[in-house]
Amino acid sequence: MIRHPVWLGLAAIVALLLAGLAAPRWLLSLGTLSAASGLVSLGVVLMMRGGVVSFGQGLVFAAGGYAAALLANKAGVSDALLLLLAGGASAVLVAAPFAPLLGRYRGIFFAMLTLALSMVLYGLLVKWDALGGSDGFNMRRPTVFGAPLPEGWWAYILYAIAVVLAGSMAIAARLYFDSARGLVSLAMRDNELRVEYLGASVQRMVAWNFVIAAFIGGVGGSLAIMALGHIEPNFSYWTTSGEFVFVAILAGSHSVGAVFAASFILELVRSFSSSYFPNTWQLALGVFLLIVIRFLPGGLGSLLRRTPKTRP
Amino acid sequence: MSTFVTIVVDGVTYASWLFIVALGLTLVFGVLKILNIAHGSFYALGAYAAATCVAWLGALQISPWLSLFALLLGSVAVAAVLAPLTERGLLRFFYGRDEVLLVLVTYALFLVLEDATKLVWGVNPYFVSEPYGLFGAVQVGSHSYVGYDFALVAVALACGVGVWWGLNRTRAGKIVLAVIHSAEIAASMGVNIGRVYTYAFMFGIFLAALGGALTAPMISVQPGVSVGVVIVSFAVVIIGGLGSIEGAAIGALIVGLARALAVHTWPEAELFSIYAAMAVVLIFRPEGLFQRVKARRI
Repeated sequence: MIRHPVWLGLAAIVALLLAGLAAPRWLLSLGTLSAASGLVSLGVVLMMRGGVVSFGQGLVFAAGGYAAALLANKAGVSDALLLLLAGGASAVLVAAPFAPLLGRYRGIFFAMLTLALSMVLYGLLVKWDALGGSDGFNMRRPTVFGAPLPEGWWAYILYAIAVVLAGSMAIAARLYFDSARGLVSLAMRDNELRVEYLGASVQRMVAWNFVIAAFIGGVGGSLAIMALGHIEPNFSYWTTSGEFVFVAILAGSHSVGAVFAASFILELVRSFSSSYFPNTWQLALGVFLLIVIRFLPGGLGSLLRRTPKTRP
Repeated sequence: MSTFVTIVVDGVTYASWLFIVALGLTLVFGVLKILNIAHGSFYALGAYAAATCVAWLGALQISPWLSLFALLLGSVAVAAVLAPLTERGLLRFFYGRDEVLLVLVTYALFLVLEDATKLVWGVNPYFVSEPYGLFGAVQVGSHSYVGYDFALVAVALACGVGVWWGLNRTRAGKIVLAVIHSAEIAASMGVNIGRVYTYAFMFGIFLAALGGALTAPMISVQPGVSVGVVIVSFAVVIIGGLGSIEGAAIGALIVGLARALAVHTWPEAELFSIYAAMAVVLIFRPEGLFQRVKARRI
């Protein structure tokens, strides 16, 4: 009972909310950002469990971010929760038309086609002057439940929203992973032809997983823009997408908690090293990733498993 | 009419260096089954090495034509030093793993090389303008084009024909083809797979570096050149079908012409056009234009 993922998740949310009260401001915004990009990586993990890796999650990240920013600035929608939902919904709107198409692809072709889609969006955003072109634009600060927030508490409240949101999505993801559909996804990764013979449509599963990941990623994108206050086409650039895959590989597909931990590690390393060694931090990141792939193929999450695999 | 000629000339010259780079990418994929994201980094390294070599040889003041030799020297240096180091020191530990995972390994390599390049050459741009003027100007219709661009087309053709001839008409090439078809069977016939992998990787990297060296005179060599190139050459090999030489040629032409068309008629769509072309081809030919059918494994 106590081991049930829902209770574990709720306990983690409460613990993080309490810890946030004592944390300095820079750590809070770091936490918010890692929750935001962690959500996108959670989508990558969700697809990875089904045997495909998207190298273009920047597409939904940017779609969610731009949608939230535009709604806030142009349509006067200011409520944070509404904007988050709208971000997820818009990402689904952008991604869903391609889902049936992507369902036909696997392996490298899936990775490359998703990458191409995100780069198409990047290409459009860079040249679109109404959206600020390559400079992007600033977003107005949102409100919560209709009330503007006091300056001193803004960072914590956004952090709290991020924690609750990311936590509940993580719980939902865990439940989905353990559901019948989630297990079919896992079987697809091992051998999709057998899954087809058992009567499930692999194509449809891949498409649905892509749409679900799009929603999570869109929410992550709108959360990120609220934390940053500024959006630019780089959200959709392939190196951004690469970082989401980086986090997913670092975390592995065993644990949803590990995804956010890995995302936090990445943000922490980035913010420290970009101020102390701006010219070598990518190098360190690359070496780190190589070490993980070589020596920890299951990712950080595999360290948490209670029964380690003994089979070679 | 003159716009049409301009589009074709621009498209073909753009396609020519792109073909050289993509040829290397598709060759490495064919033999090693690695879709190499770091290919773009080797392109950039080729450009930097060429810049350094041109500066060195230029200081001797023997002949301006020597700068062409310097371009070649730079790319050979990259291929001879870095490629074996990468393949033997890193990639061979990951052979046989999932193809997508190998993409990530090369993504990590890309991150490493990106910063390593900055450490060696700094962040300021280099200019290698000397070779660019060597071939004078060529008059096509009412427009005048730089001769160097056309020389590039000739080099690309030579590379394509050379690789095709090397693979299909020489003993070493047949061995490589055997490895591409089935490394396991080739090994059981006594082929030293490791050596084939190393040489194939070196040659692929040489083509990437050569592409970089040859474009160095046309651009300012600075951090960031690798990023765009790798994505565009991905589009090329995906359009053409991974591992296919003809495919790389057709893919490069499609991408070059699509881009040139966009630049001259609808400049906002420059980036968009390349990926749109790729998406359209993939929708109708999921495995690219020249991909062979694979057997399903249960």
